[in-house]
Amino acid sequence: MAGILKQNSPSSPPPPMSDAASAPAAKPPVDLVNVQINGTWHKLPKGMRMIEACRQVGASVPHYCYHPKLSSPGNCRMCLVEMGMPPRPQPGQEPEKDEHGMPKIGWMPRPVIACANTIGEGMGIKTEGKLTEECRRGVMEFLLANHPLDCPICDQAGECRLQEFSVEHGQAESRYREDKVKKPKNVDIGPRIRLDDERCIMCSRCIRFTAEIADDPVLGFTERGTHTTLAVHPGKRLENNYSLNTVDICPVGALTSNDFRFQMRVWFLSETNSVCTKCARGCNTEISARGDTVYRQSPRENNDVNSTWMCDQGRLDFHFVNSEYRLTDPMVKSDGKHAVTTWKEAIQSAASGLKGLGGDEIAIIASARMTNEELWLVKQLQQATGAKFIDVVPRSGGGDNYLRHDDRNPNSAGVRQILGIEPGAALDSIQRAVRSGLIKGVVALGENLLKCGFDKDSLGKLSVFVSTHILANATADLSTVVLPAASYAEKRGSMINATGRLQRLNKAVKSPGNARDDWEILNDLVSAISDQKSLGSVDEVFKQLAGSVTCFQGLTLASIGDLGRQVLETNETVPVLEREKERKAKGIIVG
Amino acid sequence: MASNPVEYLPGKQPHPREHRMIFRNVDRAGWDASIDTYLNDGGYEMAKKALKMERQDIINEVKASGLRGRGGAGFPTGVKWGFIPPTNTKPVYLICNADESEPGTFKDRYILHQDPHQLIEGMIISAFAVKANLAYIYIREEFPHAATIVEKAIAEAKNKGFLGKAIFGSDFDLEIYVHRGAGAYICGEETGLIESLEGKRPYPRIKPPYFPAALGLYMSPTIVNNVESLCHVKHILQMGGAEYAKLGTPNNTGTRILCVSGDVQKPGYYEVQVGKVTMGEVINDLCGGLKPGRTLKAIIPGGSSAKVLKADETYKLKDGRELTIWDIPMDFDTMAACGSMAGSGGVMIMDDSRSMAWVINNLNKFYQHESCGQCTPCREGSPWMAKISDRIIAGNASPDDVDMLEQVANQIEGKTICAFGEAASWPTQSFVRKFRDEIKSMTKADLAGRIVNEETKLAVAGLEA
Repeated sequence: MAGILKQNSPSSPPPPMSDAASAPAAKPPVDLVNVQINGTWHKLPKGMRMIEACRQVGASVPHYCYHPKLSSPGNCRMCLVEMGMPPRPQPGQEPEKDEHGMPKIGWMPRPVIACANTIGEGMGIKTEGKLTEECRRGVMEFLLANHPLDCPICDQAGECRLQEFSVEHGQAESRYREDKVKKPKNVDIGPRIRLDDERCIMCSRCIRFTAEIADDPVLGFTERGTHTTLAVHPGKRLENNYSLNTVDICPVGALTSNDFRFQMRVWFLSETNSVCTKCARGCNTEISARGDTVYRQSPRENNDVNSTWMCDQGRLDFHFVNSEYRLTDPMVKSDGKHAVTTWKEAIQSAASGLKGLGGDEIAIIASARMTNEELWLVKQLQQATGAKFIDVVPRSGGGDNYLRHDDRNPNSAGVRQILGIEPGAALDSIQRAVRSGLIKGVVALGENLLKCGFDKDSLGKLSVFVSTHILANATADLSTVVLPAASYAEKRGSMINATGRLQRLNKAVKSPGNARDDWEILNDLVSAISDQKSLGSVDEVFKQLAGSVTCFQGLTLASIGDLGRQVLETNETVPVLEREKERKAKGIIVG
Repeated sequence: MASNPVEYLPGKQPHPREHRMIFRNVDRAGWDASIDTYLNDGGYEMAKKALKMERQDIINEVKASGLRGRGGAGFPTGVKWGFIPPTNTKPVYLICNADESEPGTFKDRYILHQDPHQLIEGMIISAFAVKANLAYIYIREEFPHAATIVEKAIAEAKNKGFLGKAIFGSDFDLEIYVHRGAGAYICGEETGLIESLEGKRPYPRIKPPYFPAALGLYMSPTIVNNVESLCHVKHILQMGGAEYAKLGTPNNTGTRILCVSGDVQKPGYYEVQVGKVTMGEVINDLCGGLKPGRTLKAIIPGGSSAKVLKADETYKLKDGRELTIWDIPMDFDTMAACGSMAGSGGVMIMDDSRSMAWVINNLNKFYQHESCGQCTPCREGSPWMAKISDRIIAGNASPDDVDMLEQVANQIEGKTICAFGEAASWPTQSFVRKFRDEIKSMTKADLAGRIVNEETKLAVAGLEA
């Protein structure tokens, strides 16, 4: 083999764990050991798991039960590899050297699991070759022996590890001619999850997740041997707010999501990296869509935000994107009735209405669910109209000791930075001023005012009531101008989460009908009211923002990257991440 | 050793070739399991002596004795004790493995039933040596009587001040508790046993990192020893390690109890010096020979997991010796050199009346039933083997199925978490390799490649499965 000595810098781990942008400038020095993998010597950090060492040098080892965030029981046996160490020399004897001057490896006749064993000086690993291939073929055959092979109707098909590794290590024909073991199917184990025990390969990932991450150990095995059956403990349900993570980590079709199952074959889906907007945690997500319909949302690994998990509430809160109640056209009210109109006329109508009022007669109710770019334009709108009143609607409660944050708005930090206000501080006085008639014009951006303390009568008396909404609602009904806006899945933009991390949403699907991205709506409105030049793209908005708000300095929307950038110091920690760090330090997990 | 001659119950006298040490009091006339009987016979003197000794001296004696574990693996007991990390600050636990579940093995139950104080004394010495203040006796579910007896013996010992605080006026505290299993073979595997003791499913742990001597019960150093091994410790102290090592043969010291079952005139337990009797002597001398008119066919020499020995085989050893099956000395090393293992001492003799296909099916059924199901090869492989051998004895298999049976076994060996899982493959491997023609003679060539499971047969007959 050519170029046989390779140096692998430990400071550049491979994707998906790598995050060059957010990596601390200097890493503590790591002890490196020489490890030979498939004939090539590498320098790798001492104590690294063999499976991670192999992955790092591009020799991925197939596995089912191993998960870097969970303990390693070593039960699936798929990651068996050939291993060797240099034999201990007799006293006074020089160790034998190979042609590269490295110690000659004495290969062990038996395979070892790569997931739980760590590398040491002089170790040799073969992920190729007769022994390893035999092990993989054998384990694959065993795993499929009692597997129902119901791939055509299995929801996991297309993202099933059994399928994937069958292609590489399986056999075309089954030698198993016996009756298969019958086990429970379609088991209702919780409100959001179904269990098919015949598909289960007993890797125990779900059991470990519920015990180690969610602190809700309701899952376990019953029966013995080939009859081993995954089940919820008597009288218990898998219903914690993190239950759907078990579906993600299930390598086969045993655990499926009630919400997603049978909705779409996964190979028709295309994925877009985004961020959950259900709370201030900003869990990194992947939005899966076909055409312009979102079918599911799942967590994406980010070890500075959400590890590889997210809560069920956040995950399932996307159905409104596909709702039949989406507003699709701008509307202007005349004679007490809304009429569909063009964007140009709607914006004109809103602009002239607002221009006819004094700044102390206008209130802007923005939203801490808006992106930084939108909030920047809100600020422009405030300046253009001279609006004296401005606030966003705070939401709080429901935080937990895992990922969910008590601040249920995703971008309160952005509001503080860009608008310079504390969410909710002015809301009371605005409500009073609306009731007293002092305020005659209100711009409501994405907030249903009737649900946050405003009353129908006083809103009905406003002379100008411009609102942007995603879904039809009673506040929209009261508005003089209704502007249909885009959901989080339909826009590109940034938010700052509770720990001060700037993260980016990406556009997964198109908005329905004539609904428009909020930044465009605000941009047009600002231009129509003032002489301010219209901006050409959301990246340009960010550029302006970066030029004026300190924490964005030197950044572009593109440079935020998929894993975000730390822009504020908050001293806040993420409970799940703290516990993972502890377990990592103890060597229980890889992390 | 007490010098007064021991008399045994009528018809239960040991064979003259036996060397009764551990089983000295088994079937003894006038003997019972009470502490008074034991004390009258000089009991607990070694425990008293031990507590005045340096701990390392006891460990050194055990090392010098060459005692190898009697549970099955034959690992040197003193070496095992030495694996406790010297820097350890956690509590140390001693566990007596009384989960005697290897098919063909029935020695520990007699110790538990008839001489529980010998075990307790051995445990006091061992616990003191390894600095354990808490010890457990893990008794299998199928030994309810033994558990009652041992619990009573512990209570008696505690009453006398031999257990509890400040034993024999020393500063050493020791509590022994009996823990009952729930009926699983896998609980005999030491890490499975530890998990069970912790109240979990007895899933064996991966090694590394969970070597019990460092990370055992409650992640603390734990020594797990077999009942018989712990009893030997008492005698090692009594005799001195060097003297004990003179029993048996080099590297195969002391005595061990052979549990002979199967086709011999007098099956039963025989305590002999390790390696001092041959297989032929076991059969012909100790057990009174094969049944009349029968010839030897096969022997499983060390519990069901041990690979089978075929009657007409000869074994060429590295030292130049050439042995027939009759010449194999009953020790650890030669048995391993002959391709099997001395294991737990369970010797199963099979004569020409036995169908090897039936035997392997019987064993496969056992491993299928007892597979814990944690790791893939044993969980899926052992029932597969059982199903194939089921078909073979039902005349529902092709010759190819016999070869496949062996291949399935090969796919298990060396790939499991624990030795028990792997052991599920050894009977099949050895029986098929050695009795392939006989097993194939029960198959039908025209079934090759045909789907022959029950569902398909029903479907072919036009019936729903």
